[in-house]
Parts: sequence; C-alpha cells; structure tokens
Amino acid sequence: MKSALFASAAVIALVAFGTPVAFAQSRDTIQIAGSSTVLPFASIVAEEFGAAFPEFKTPVVGSGGTGGGLKQFCEGVGENTIDIANASRAIKDSEKEACVAAGVTDIREIQFGFDGIVFASAAGGPDFALTPVQVYKAIAAQVPVDGKMVDNPYTKWSEIDASLPDQAIALAIPGANHGTREVFQEKVVNAGAEEAGLPEGLSDDEKKAATTTFRQDVVVEIAGDYTETLARLSSNKDTVGVFGLSFYEQNKDTLKVATVDGVVPSAESVADGQYPVSRPLFFYVKGQHIGVIPGIEEYVQFFLSDAISGAGGSLEAAGLIPQPADKTAEVLAAFEAGAK
Amino acid sequence: MTATVSITHQTSLERTKLIRASLTRRNLSEKIFRGLGLTAVVLALGFVALLFIDVGRKGIPAFVQSNLHLSVTFDPAIVGGEVPPVQVAGQSDADFQAANLKWQRSVAMLNWNKVIEASLRTLVPAGIEISSKDLLTIAETDARHEVRERFVADHSLLGKTVDIDVLASANAANWIKGNIDRSLPDNQQQLSAPTRAVIDSMVANGAISNGFSWSILTNVDSRSAPASAGLLGAFVGTLYMMLIVIVLAVPIGVASAIYLEEFAPKSRLTDFIEVNINNLAAVPSIVFGLLGAAAFINYMHLPISAPIVGGLVLTLMTLPTIIIATRGALLGVSPALRQAALGMGASKTQMVFHHVLPVTFPSILTATILGVAHALGETAPLLLIGMKAFVASVPATPFDQATALPVQIYLWQGNENRNFFEPRTAAAIIVLLLVMICLNGVAIYLRSRLEKRA
Repeated sequence: MKSALFASAAVIALVAFGTPVAFAQSRDTIQIAGSSTVLPFASIVAEEFGAAFPEFKTPVVGSGGTGGGLKQFCEGVGENTIDIANASRAIKDSEKEACVAAGVTDIREIQFGFDGIVFASAAGGPDFALTPVQVYKAIAAQVPVDGKMVDNPYTKWSEIDASLPDQAIALAIPGANHGTREVFQEKVVNAGAEEAGLPEGLSDDEKKAATTTFRQDVVVEIAGDYTETLARLSSNKDTVGVFGLSFYEQNKDTLKVATVDGVVPSAESVADGQYPVSRPLFFYVKGQHIGVIPGIEEYVQFFLSDAISGAGGSLEAAGLIPQPADKTAEVLAAFEAGAK
Repeated sequence: MTATVSITHQTSLERTKLIRASLTRRNLSEKIFRGLGLTAVVLALGFVALLFIDVGRKGIPAFVQSNLHLSVTFDPAIVGGEVPPVQVAGQSDADFQAANLKWQRSVAMLNWNKVIEASLRTLVPAGIEISSKDLLTIAETDARHEVRERFVADHSLLGKTVDIDVLASANAANWIKGNIDRSLPDNQQQLSAPTRAVIDSMVANGAISNGFSWSILTNVDSRSAPASAGLLGAFVGTLYMMLIVIVLAVPIGVASAIYLEEFAPKSRLTDFIEVNINNLAAVPSIVFGLLGAAAFINYMHLPISAPIVGGLVLTLMTLPTIIIATRGALLGVSPALRQAALGMGASKTQMVFHHVLPVTFPSILTATILGVAHALGETAPLLLIGMKAFVASVPATPFDQATALPVQIYLWQGNENRNFFEPRTAAAIIVLLLVMICLNGVAIYLRSRLEKRA
C-alpha cells in the first residue's frame, strides 16, 4: 500500500514537473483556426496535404469563426499560438493593429477562391425571389416610410412586396462572429437601405443605427454553424436562413434556395459575378512561423495548386468557387516574395 | 349500568369508525405515494428508452457501410512515370530516404482519379451515358489514396490488374441506404440521374455490397472522404485524458481526503477548505475550461488542442468529487475499528492505511469510476481549450493534437452533409454510451467483489 502511494506520488511529480520539459520539443503540426465557411475546405486540404507529403504531419484545423480565428492568430508569436487563420472576409485594420501590438508583424494574406451567400427556406415551402431592399425592409428595426423612420410595420413578406409569399417574416442570420455576417451586412442590408432611401438629414450615427439595428422579434442571430441555422428552419418552417452556397449544395433535399435580384445562386453565377452576394475567401499565414513550424510554405503552395483550389480541383467538388488562375499565381507570388 | 355500557359501546364503535377512517386515509395516501413513485420510475425509464430507441434507430444503420469492389489496372500510361529509387552502394540512408520521399511525392501527384475512373467505367452498364466527373462521385475520394498506397508498397503492380475494395462515397451511401428521399426530383438530389442509375445497377450486380462498418472504429475523422470518417483519433484522445485523470485525480483526491479527515486538526482553516471543496464540486464544468485555457495554455504554455491539457482540466473537475466521496467513506468506517487498532498499539498512520482505508476501497473505487465516467462525457471545458479542432491523425502522445469522443459527436453534429452525418453522429453516441456502460459495469463488478472480500 505504502509503495503504491509512493509510486503514485512519483508519477504525480513526474507529470507535474516533467510537463514544461516535455513541451520544450518544438511543435511539428501546423495549427489552423477560424472561419467555419473555410473550415471544410481547409480540412480537405489538410488531409490531402498529409497524404501527399509523408514527411509532414496532417495540419490540425479548428473553427471559431473568422473573428475568433483572427483573435487567436493575433495573440502573439510562438508555438502555442496558431500558424494560420482562416477568414471569410479580409482582415480589419483594428485586427491588424492588435496583431502588430502582440508582435505578429508578418501577416501574409492568401485569397484562394469565392463563396456565395444564399437565402434558403424549408424545401416544402413557397418560392422566394428576394431583392436586397426587401430583405432590408424585413430585417431593420426601423424603416423609412414617406421620408420618416418608423418602427417596422411588416409582419408578412407579402406586405413588403405583393410578389412575395403570404408568410410570416422570420430570419436566421449569422452572428457577428462570422465573416458571413459582414458580407450579409454590406451586400444585402446596406445595399437594401440605400435603395430604400433613408431620409435626408440623418447623421452618420443615425444612418449606421438604421442599417445595423435589427428587429429582435423576427430575427435570430446564429452564433454556431449552419447546422444550427438548419435546425432553426426545421423548428419554424417559416424561417428564411442565410447559408453558404456550399452548405446549401450539400443539403438540397431539405432546402429551397431563393433567387436574389432574379439570379439563381450557383457556382457559375457567382464566378461570373451575376449573383450579387458573394465574397472572396482567405487565410492568413503568420510569416514568423515559416521555417519554425515545418511545412507551412508547402501547405500554402499545395493549397494554391491547380489540383486543389484550381478549376476541377478537389475543393471545387466540395463547393468552392475557384478564382481565375492569374489571381492565384499573383497571390502565390506575393506570398513567396514575402517568404524571401 | 346499561347506560355506561351503551356509552362504552358507542365510543368503541366510534373509535372503530375513526380508526377505519384513518386507516383508509393512510392506505389511500400510501397508494397515492406508491402510484407516484411508480409513475416516476415509468417516466424515467420511458425517457431512457426513448433516448435509446431514437439513438439506436438513427445510429445502427451507420454501422453498415457500402463497399465498392473495383478491379484496378495500374495502367503504365497513367502511372508509369518515375521508378522508385534503389539504394546503391555508398549512398547514405538519409540520401536514400530523401530520394524515396521525392519518389513518393511524385507518385502522390499522379492523376489517380483516372485510374479509379477507368476501373469504374468497366462497371457502367451499356446504354448509360455518364460524365467522368459524375462517375467519380460514386467512389469515396480516399479511394485514390488507397490505390496509391498499394502501388507505393508494391511497385511491381505496374501494368497489372488487382481487386481493391474501396468505400462508396457518402452521397452514394445516402442513396443506397435511402437516407435521402429517393422520390425527390433531380434538382434536389445530390447525385445526377445517370450516377444514381449506375449505382443501382452496381448494387444489383454485386459491385457494391454492404458490410459492417469497421471504418467507423478503425479510421480517424475525415472531411475530404466523409464515408471513411471514424472515431479512432477521438477514442485515443479520450483514452489519454482518462489515463491522466486516473493517474492524477485518484492519488491526489484520496490523499487529500485522508489528510483532511484523519490527520488535519479541526480548525477554521480546515472548515474553510471543506466549504471550498464542496463549492468546487458544484462549479459548472465550463468554468474549469476557462481556467484551463488561462492557466495551462496561456500561462504554462502547454500545447493547444492536446489531451494533456484536457486531462488536467478534467482532473481539476473530478478532484472534488473524489475527495468528497472518499471523506464520506472514511466517515462511515466504524469507530470501533479505529479504537481497536489504536488499542492494539498501531500508530495513527498504521491505523489509517492498514485498517480503515482497505474497508473504504469499494466506495472509493465506485466514486472514482463514476467521476471518470462523468469526465468521459464532458464536452464544454474541452471546447474552450481548442479540442474541437479537426484532427485527421491518431495522437501519438498526450502532447499531440486530438479530439475526444463527446467532442467528435459535437463536430459531426455540425457537419454539412446532414444526410450522412446524422446517422454517423448517432453511431458515435452509441459508441460513447457503450464505453460508459462498460466503465459502470466494471465499477459494479469490482465493488461487489471487494465488498465480499471486505
């Protein structure tokens, strides 16, 4: 009994004090986090990378949303910080400043393709043909009526526009931690507000409030991933949800997609710019980790190779909309020029 | 006289009546209580049964996988290319290794999809026109890795035809199993009409057959090849964490309980410690996650997403449970035993370790196993220390990145291919429940054995 006690005491001591020593060995797995839109693509690349480069370990890909990923990315330089942040929007200046303040000075932006943002409702429901201004009128807490801002009077889509279904307004939009939200804000809500015509003489603050204050009763902000939005749709059949195009394509049997400005979202209509609500996808590489964590440079080159993110590559099959080859070459050249 | 008798008689009659009434009342209240108790049990069992039936109904089909039997020809026109290096005399091992890696890389870059496509093409029945892109959606994307690995392992296969079993893709499996409504129109289907026709003919002629899905137990998680996604990585991650919890929480917990109960002087300080331990036991697990992220990752610089951190966080969470249970068990030991030991001249330490502690083993063991089982299912703190990352490898040490079983359930629940991953998630739940049932079974077995001995 006594010896057992001593033995366990020895084990505790070993674990407790041995830990920092054991970690002194350097990390040899690339650590990635960020956007849940980019996550499926990055995971596929990570797996293929592990298979194609036997000398490197398979990178580890976490989520957390674009904002969450960049926050982790900007925590500093060192082995317990991540190497790459996935983002479904470009990095903000404030985030860059936070990065620099923490010592992350070498940030390399890689744009690798596009994704569309779609509105979709339950498959059994009526068709939606939306325009940004209709969405704005459905979502804003106050809307302009006869040159004055009034509390949103609409309860049904058909009240906004006779062409829309006679169905109660309910929307599930991505939360502020998602890059998708920013695109939704910019390309749908702001564009819609402009078209709806905010009254003259509003101050900048009032204008901002008019476009960013949403109705609490019919709008749900989803902090989790698209599965949560989907669950919201199945619990309330009237809900119109905001999804990534690739997610919709995987769940066509339960979702019905809405057209925006009369354009059906598809890989083609996003790629040629007809479909208005699309955004480029990025990941950010911590330059200071190149050469410290093995394989980062190869990962970036592999990610941008034709077989992966090019037309007909593995990522296109998973729903990514490839960018033109020239753009990819330009991005890669910029990355490598930074790499010296 | 008669009056007295009649009065007595009357009172006794009244008393009987009174007693009868009270008896009925008491019987009734007992009946009501029994009824309520029974209803509670039936309700509880009903909910458990509902959970099991629902999970089982959804999850059991996921233990069936669709295998695709291909005869693959290693066509020299496609995979000819470079020949593997041979170690020549005088070449160092490192050089040879480098040359070998270079060759493997060149093999990895070959267009293996063409090999797969050619093999699939032979199975397409006459009269069906199908594009190569559609045809390739039948086989899971890891098929080409499997075929390539065969080739890397045995280069003499060049020009030969071999039978290789690969997995049918997740969408093909959805179609075969009926996870997707087969009557939906083309524009709502994942697979094109010719692809579905080819799959049906493959099922009819035996090129696709269903079998038990070992891959769910022996593979790691996968996103590029969802049909091959498995639980092995998460299982090993969980195993490491549980080992850390057992190695750390049991000795520390039992030792502190013994000290507090048997040796520590009763003072304000020990009272304060006791109150705090009880409070700690009630702290929500997510708080431990935040604490772990701050203390172990930011301050001690342990790696993110690693089982070592998860194990330490879960240890903190399990410690109070074990301390409280052990103290309870020590309190329950009869004072006669202690006095007898002391009376025979044993020292206090001898009394505790030779006489008191052995009696409490069954309770300590049960508490430990229940604590570990609780830690096994804990998810919230793990999310905060980065263990919800996608990890496509089995962790070799507790310092490598990993996920855990409950986190894997959470991750699969969020996967975008709902038709395929909903059953897969339920299957993961079944595996987790089985592990828990096993742990609890071991607890019951050990307890009954030790109790008999004691």
